[in-house]
Amino acid sequence: MTGPLSPNSWQYRGLNAANPGLDHLSNGLIDLVKAGHNVVAGSADLQYSNGLNRFATVYPDRYIPFGISEQNMVSVAAGIATCGVTPFVATFASFIALLACEQIRMDVAYSAQPVRLIGHHTGISLGFYGTSHHATEDIATMRSIADLSVVSPADGAQLEAAIRASAEHDRPIYFRIGRGRDPVVYDRDATFAFGRAHEHLQGEELTIVACGMAVHGALEAARALNAEGRSVGVIDMASIKPIDRDAILSAAARARRMMTVEEHNVLGGLGAAVAEVLTDEGAGVKLKRHGIHDEFSLIAPPTHLYAHYRLDGAGIRSVAREFLMS
Amino acid sequence: MALTTDTASAPKSNSFAPSEETVAMLKERARFIRLETIRLIEIAKTGHYTSVFSAAEIFSALYYDVMRLRRGEPGWSSRDRFTIGKGHAAVGLFPIYADLGFFPKEWLDGYTRLGSPLGDHPDMRKVPGVDFSSGSIGHALSNGLGMVLAQRWTGEDYKVFCMMGDGEMQEGQVWEAALCAARHGARNLIAIVDRNGYQLDGRVDDVMNIEPLDEKWRAFGWEVHTVDGHDVAATTELLRRVRADDDRQGPCCIIARTVKGKGVSYMETEPGWHLGYLDPSDAEAAIAEINAREA
Repeated sequence: MTGPLSPNSWQYRGLNAANPGLDHLSNGLIDLVKAGHNVVAGSADLQYSNGLNRFATVYPDRYIPFGISEQNMVSVAAGIATCGVTPFVATFASFIALLACEQIRMDVAYSAQPVRLIGHHTGISLGFYGTSHHATEDIATMRSIADLSVVSPADGAQLEAAIRASAEHDRPIYFRIGRGRDPVVYDRDATFAFGRAHEHLQGEELTIVACGMAVHGALEAARALNAEGRSVGVIDMASIKPIDRDAILSAAARARRMMTVEEHNVLGGLGAAVAEVLTDEGAGVKLKRHGIHDEFSLIAPPTHLYAHYRLDGAGIRSVAREFLMS
Repeated sequence: MALTTDTASAPKSNSFAPSEETVAMLKERARFIRLETIRLIEIAKTGHYTSVFSAAEIFSALYYDVMRLRRGEPGWSSRDRFTIGKGHAAVGLFPIYADLGFFPKEWLDGYTRLGSPLGDHPDMRKVPGVDFSSGSIGHALSNGLGMVLAQRWTGEDYKVFCMMGDGEMQEGQVWEAALCAARHGARNLIAIVDRNGYQLDGRVDDVMNIEPLDEKWRAFGWEVHTVDGHDVAATTELLRRVRADDDRQGPCCIIARTVKGKGVSYMETEPGWHLGYLDPSDAEAAIAEINAREA
């Protein structure tokens, strides 16, 4: 090989440069350390996928390489937390929330340790890597574990806000995050509070409740439908647990239809959580749960999958339109 | 003395040998642990006698001699820590914690009863003195390793002892932690394998052979020692020595050769006693045998 590589060529360790969206996790953690919090981070051989290599460069003494050992990583983090140090440990959502689920239940949640679990590349964002790398069950497994908060930010800025908010939260948290290429919803001043939804739009006919990457598409869909004369609202339910019951119930009082959108199985995820609130309160609205309908995803590039499963703006709009006409 | 060591750097002096008085005291505390275990299991009507009996001398040496602890201060931040993978032996630890003033002795009388903090497995949220909860086999070494790694960011200085069962060696997470501890030079981590030879389904070597165990730990980068876990003098001396060794650069594993059910003859030969219950009439004879053996 002679001469420079084509600008189109790339290699794994160059992901950060190619994808600045990965910076948000490290940025949030660096800010916590700068603010005086005794925070450390670890990853199971994926520091270039989750961008923690930036944190490791800034604070090499605060980064723990775990190798490919997710269960050990979670249990070690719990041991660290008993000593007053706050660990953030990260790996693909499919591995942390399924492979290490039992360690999360016993060592983190039941033991009430303020461990921060980062499940990145969640949903079907790993596209053609296939089912082993997809996580369409993680909301269901994590939110059914007692005392474990579940957070699904819409974009990097909201992730940073959630990390900042975590400093005042002494309980364990599961952060469900994307692959760092989520379309931007918030500016740098994004806010986050546990148990508080962010209402973007109010609608008289339909309210779309979304989380994660689906928020952007939900907003796109609502704006398009509203331009057609419909009245569609959008709520970002980044705090899946604790969930914002009041936001759900006031939206239900306003519009007779509600639709949830998530990059997750419709069983056990955001849609189920919203359904539980509506049923508990006898809210009497029609609910459409949209997401992956109890199947293993096909493989394809992520944007192709989002289009196929109607999780992008156009897809959400078409599902919502059908629902409005049903 | 059934003590072997394979590291040139370990101190060779005999200054770690406990006095006769200390050995006598530790033997007496081991007997106390066995007798209290029988008393508490009488309340529950089911329990793991033999898992405690194989570890009684080790528990005694750790809590009454080797570990740096303060009576009545289970939350002291500089204390030595203890994590246990074979959490079903907690019934033998609770009497120690009460004895050390970590919680009122009256708690023992309600062992396993509705609302009691004391169950078959130890719960750090409910029981002062429990450094980490247990019940899921294979987690404890990772938990202990986390406590050692945390020293980098807290500046605290202590040792973490982690007891595991020999059947526990079949859990993959143990070996993830073993690799990780060596990688991070966890010199303050001391693992103890209670090599009592039995697991629920039978002899460990038959169910899923784990030998050569010493070579496995050594191959994972650990300093390895073997000791007769019922020889109080040898066990205490070894634990004191590895605790004091400031030259060791990585973690240390002690393989304690023990007898499951040690102290009650018929339990020593019948693996079914992993879980069981002694009617008071049978308990009386078991107590008599324990008292006679260690008199």
